Amino acid sequence: MFNRREFMAAGAALALSSAGCRRTSYGFLKDSDAKTLAAVCDQIIPADDFPSASQAGVLTYIDLQLTGPYRRHKKTYRDGLKQANELSRSRFGADLASVSPQQQFEIVSALEKDARPFFELVRSHTMQGYYGTPRHGGNRDAVSWRMLGLDEPPLRGRAQYDLAETKQ
Amino acid sequence: MKHVNAIVVGAGAAGGIVAKELATAGLSVVLVERGKWYTAHDCRKDDLRNQRTTVLGNAFGPDDEGQPRVIVDAGGNVRTVLPSEGAYNNNAACVGGGTLSYGAQAWRYMPQDFRMRSTYGAPAGSSLEDWPISYDDLEPFYDKAEYEIGISGDYSTTPFKGPRKRDLPMPPLPPNREFGILEPAAKRLGLHPFHLPMARNSVPYNGRGPCMRCRWCCGFACEVDAKNGSQNTVIPVALATGNCELRTECMTTGILTDDRGRARGVAYIDADGRKQEQTADLVVVSACAIESARLLLNSASKLFPNGLGNRYGQVGRHLQGHHYTGAVGFFDFDTYDDVGPGASIAVTDYNHGTPGLCGGGMLANEFIRLPIHMVDRVPNDTPRWGPGHKQAMRAWHKRSIVIMGPTQQIPSPDARITLDPAVRDQWGLPVARIQGNVHPHTFEIGDMQSKRAETWLKEAGAIHTQQSGGRPAMVSAGQHQAGTCRMGDDPRGSVVNKFCQVHDVDNVFVIDGSVHVTNGGFNPALTIMAVAYYASEALVRNWKGTRFRS
Repeated sequence: MFNRREFMAAGAALALSSAGCRRTSYGFLKDSDAKTLAAVCDQIIPADDFPSASQAGVLTYIDLQLTGPYRRHKKTYRDGLKQANELSRSRFGADLASVSPQQQFEIVSALEKDARPFFELVRSHTMQGYYGTPRHGGNRDAVSWRMLGLDEPPLRGRAQYDLAETKQ
Repeated sequence: MKHVNAIVVGAGAAGGIVAKELATAGLSVVLVERGKWYTAHDCRKDDLRNQRTTVLGNAFGPDDEGQPRVIVDAGGNVRTVLPSEGAYNNNAACVGGGTLSYGAQAWRYMPQDFRMRSTYGAPAGSSLEDWPISYDDLEPFYDKAEYEIGISGDYSTTPFKGPRKRDLPMPPLPPNREFGILEPAAKRLGLHPFHLPMARNSVPYNGRGPCMRCRWCCGFACEVDAKNGSQNTVIPVALATGNCELRTECMTTGILTDDRGRARGVAYIDADGRKQEQTADLVVVSACAIESARLLLNSASKLFPNGLGNRYGQVGRHLQGHHYTGAVGFFDFDTYDDVGPGASIAVTDYNHGTPGLCGGGMLANEFIRLPIHMVDRVPNDTPRWGPGHKQAMRAWHKRSIVIMGPTQQIPSPDARITLDPAVRDQWGLPVARIQGNVHPHTFEIGDMQSKRAETWLKEAGAIHTQQSGGRPAMVSAGQHQAGTCRMGDDPRGSVVNKFCQVHDVDNVFVIDGSVHVTNGGFNPALTIMAVAYYASEALVRNWKGTRFRS
């Protein structure tokens, strides 16, 4: 076993080594992928009074799943993100993350038509990450549930038979 | 391994009951289950990974690894599918089977549901048929299931039901807000709404407490163990007799037969991947419609070259589940009260008696809506993404009601399970190949049901309604899967006799939804349970007589 000093030293070494080898904050997405994907996700769920998809952790959700249950979708993502940037460069002369929100909207609309499998995946995964349980990295602080007016943590259904309102 | 009297393959709704009935009668029983035994602690409240929303996998099996199926849709497209995909038509793989995580609606079919061909005649291309047993034959066993499993509800306000000797053992849960909105509307339409029957404790029962009315119900294990399935009722009783051994994570690979054509046991692969053989005097297959048929087909031998019980090519045919139809209504006031389980009110006025239609279906309000369920249930004119969609989620999540129900499915011989010639599972067995389509008359019934649901919602004050259901281009099986080992008197048109005994092999029984000739316009769990009690009683009676020695 480590004594306390060794433990601290080992921890520091671990922190250093992991900082040294990690090029990105994600497991699958490269930083440039993440920027492109954030642009797409934030068109699907933009910010208003409540956070956008990327602000609510949807990228974390998607990235985690792409290294887990959604491993099979890696190629679709890689190709789709590439296509999104190519389209953006050819139409507007810059990567998707760098063009205006209106231009991003046009590109995502084009993807919906011309890259349907990719678009549908991103749409579903964005909705899952935003409206699903926070345990998988999305819906940060249960923000979407609170947006919908759901008690979080739930109050009803915890208090036994709190049914004054529903009694007939 | 020690020889036993009976092996039961599959610890679900039916298998649990059979194991309990046989063990209680003094037979030595081994209950084999491919999945694990989960408890209330495994509820997890994960709205993306449960048995209903499976985008991140099934919470209660099977895993996505190594257990594919093959689907052939109505257009003839062949595709390998994972257990977490809808087209897999999954139920569950665990102790309790579907009953661990079901919504727990516990319906009796109506007398006409057992006499569909006599009542309506068979539509062209269908295999609509009568059951060889009647509602009256099953009534005592429905009653037994209601009391042993534990059902709450109140049928007293509807005349549209089969005769029953006594009331349900538990009163209904207090009504939720949707009940209060929908009940007067149904009455104004001349319907007979009532508190639907649920395998859920409304009061303490069977040593467990009542439902705490949380959000996470249909698709989840119950956190407070108030939902009643075989895993917390009959299976513990079976084990307590000392006559029943439960072996989990054991995949049955085949039924073994001797040179006289009788079963001598099963082969299975245990949790450590070792091949095992368990001999027994009789074998009961209770693996759910798709897997039961697959096991019989995978049990081919010299005497049974096409699979066990498949002399006339009937194993796997007439696959049916339920085509779900209904409508969603949007209101200008709050309808959502966050009180589970949600589903609370039903009508059975429409199950039978509509001129031109072979049956109908029960209609009920839907289980509580989690936000993820709402994503594709916003009004049709809502953009699919962008600010408009987000606003619609906000506007309608607490202001919508879904009414739907299982449409009486018209069976078709071409909707069937076969063995896929190429794809194998992690144990090296050919996987189930699911093919065929829903009989078109089912869609006609479904369309009518959707209109009726819409009318009810409008009467309740919906400012906008839209139908759901459509005409999917593939079979329906899923959690309500049934029909693949049909019960009948004629061996050329069925797989088992009216006591669930395989026509060809005296000591093999299929006892689960597979034997359903038709699947009613209701959730099938309670009927699967009643048939299990009924068949078990016959089995025990014969065991005490001839012991099935021919």
